[in-house]
Amino acid sequence: MLRFLIRRILLTVPVLIGVATLVFALIHLVPGDPAVSMLGEAATPADVAALRARLGLDDPLPRQYLRFLGAATRLDLGVSLRTGRPVGTELAEKLGATALLAMAAMSVALIVAVPLGIIAAIRAGTWVDHLAMAVALIGLSMPNFWLGPLLALVFGVQLGWLPISGRGSSTAMLFGSVPAVPPAYLVLPALTLGLGLAAILARMTRASLIDELRELYVRAARARGVSMRRAVLVHALRNGLIPIITIVGLQFGAVLTGTIITETIFAWPGLGRLLIQSIQFRDYPMVQGCILLIAVTYVTVNLLTDLTYGIVDPRVRYE
Amino acid sequence: MLRLGLAVVAMAVLAALVGPALVGIDPRNQELALRLAGPTWGHPLGLDELGRDVLARLVLGARVSLMVGVSVVCVSSVVGVLVGGIAGYAGGWVDIAIGRIIDVLMAFPGILLAIALVAALGPSLGHVVLALTVIGWVGYARLVRAQVLKARELEYVQGARSLGASATRILVRHVLPSTYSSVLVQATLGMAGAIVAEASLSFLGLGVQPPTPSWGAMLDAGRGHLLDAPHLTIFPGMAIALLVLGFNFLGDGLRDRLDPRRIK
Repeated sequence: MLRFLIRRILLTVPVLIGVATLVFALIHLVPGDPAVSMLGEAATPADVAALRARLGLDDPLPRQYLRFLGAATRLDLGVSLRTGRPVGTELAEKLGATALLAMAAMSVALIVAVPLGIIAAIRAGTWVDHLAMAVALIGLSMPNFWLGPLLALVFGVQLGWLPISGRGSSTAMLFGSVPAVPPAYLVLPALTLGLGLAAILARMTRASLIDELRELYVRAARARGVSMRRAVLVHALRNGLIPIITIVGLQFGAVLTGTIITETIFAWPGLGRLLIQSIQFRDYPMVQGCILLIAVTYVTVNLLTDLTYGIVDPRVRYE
Repeated sequence: MLRLGLAVVAMAVLAALVGPALVGIDPRNQELALRLAGPTWGHPLGLDELGRDVLARLVLGARVSLMVGVSVVCVSSVVGVLVGGIAGYAGGWVDIAIGRIIDVLMAFPGILLAIALVAALGPSLGHVVLALTVIGWVGYARLVRAQVLKARELEYVQGARSLGASATRILVRHVLPSTYSSVLVQATLGMAGAIVAEASLSFLGLGVQPPTPSWGAMLDAGRGHLLDAPHLTIFPGMAIALLVLGFNFLGDGLRDRLDPRRIK
């Protein structure tokens, strides 16, 4: 087990270096002089020279690269060109809001998907199954940048039940680094982000449970007189949910990137919205910081998923 | 499912090809007095914030969506099949090197990498296609590599090798054709992915730039008029969802048709 853990963690190191390299390369892909691009065509040569010196763009490329890697490991991601504040500080302030939204979306997805998948699996081949899977496929095909405005239109504008933007009063109390948010503000963003994921998870739950229901241990349980409900919920579901753990972990990336659009739609003050605003302002240090943080979070979650899977399913460790 | 998907996709292609001529309204034509007007007989899907016909812009937007989808899928699948085929067949350090590149690219959530590239290169249709291709080929390469690893040990491949066929000939004539059905399924589902990705980037202001109509950009513009002109949100979103649903149906149907294990 220890060997599996060490091997899996070591495999992450080159991936993280690769991710950091791509993020470093980003600023050098900017056509022309990145400093001119950031400051605009009207900038004076002195301003451009000052910014180039500040960002270290005059140094040889290998030196810039090593300095970037060193600074990134110290979480020193430079200073925002827009606000003048350290990138790391701004990211830390926004991380809580994005984590809260991602968790809420994951919860929505699981609450919707698992029962839907179970019902479809138990009634496999019937109209209930077809209906549930058609709903899931529609959910899968519905982009969140359409679902969000539609939900806002119905529940915010027409019915007036829920707020359609922001995160409530600015005097909201702080709970650790995660600001306390009136739940009403979270509902529409979480539904927008969670329902698409629910569609994927429902299909997976159904497929996985159908496989388990065919296994001999389920038939044996049924033959012993165990009710269908108990055979599904106590016996088959426990094994059937193992692949779902992986999918939930792997889909975390989709949730993270989904926050970019969802936060933009609902003006949710998280990392995604910060990224888009920084791109619009050509605040490249902040863009690099946002992308690096989201990618590193994604790699870490994938690592944790693999480790969890290795603990839950012993076969994985020995592959 | 296959037929339904095919019908939806065929309708979209038809709309993209002859739709602009059938609608007969210039998508750039502005009727400022009627801006934000809802659906009428003259303008079945209403007018946008600049008084332009929404239907005319939607059918022209179908061209953009399909063009991006086809370009991304074609280039990604060719690159992915070649790279995956070479990695799987060559093995050794070539496979390890390609595998590491794939690992790094897979470590990025796809759309994030596309956003990063477009942010650096600047928003345009060409850069969107480039960014989506950079993230797109990886899926094909992984799929093909895994299949080639299995196929190269099969007897007919070993037979060809013992007859003295070159590695290139074995790969191109014998090994890669066995992967084409899976690649076709992946490509169909990839069309749906590319269309959503292009619309996402355009929605965020990073894709197709005005005045070229893009469904994502139309949705973004409609967001500011949820109260007074909900048709600007409803119709472009419906078009994206329908086309994506069509490609998903087509992909699922093709998979059922082509995968022997799924044939009942």
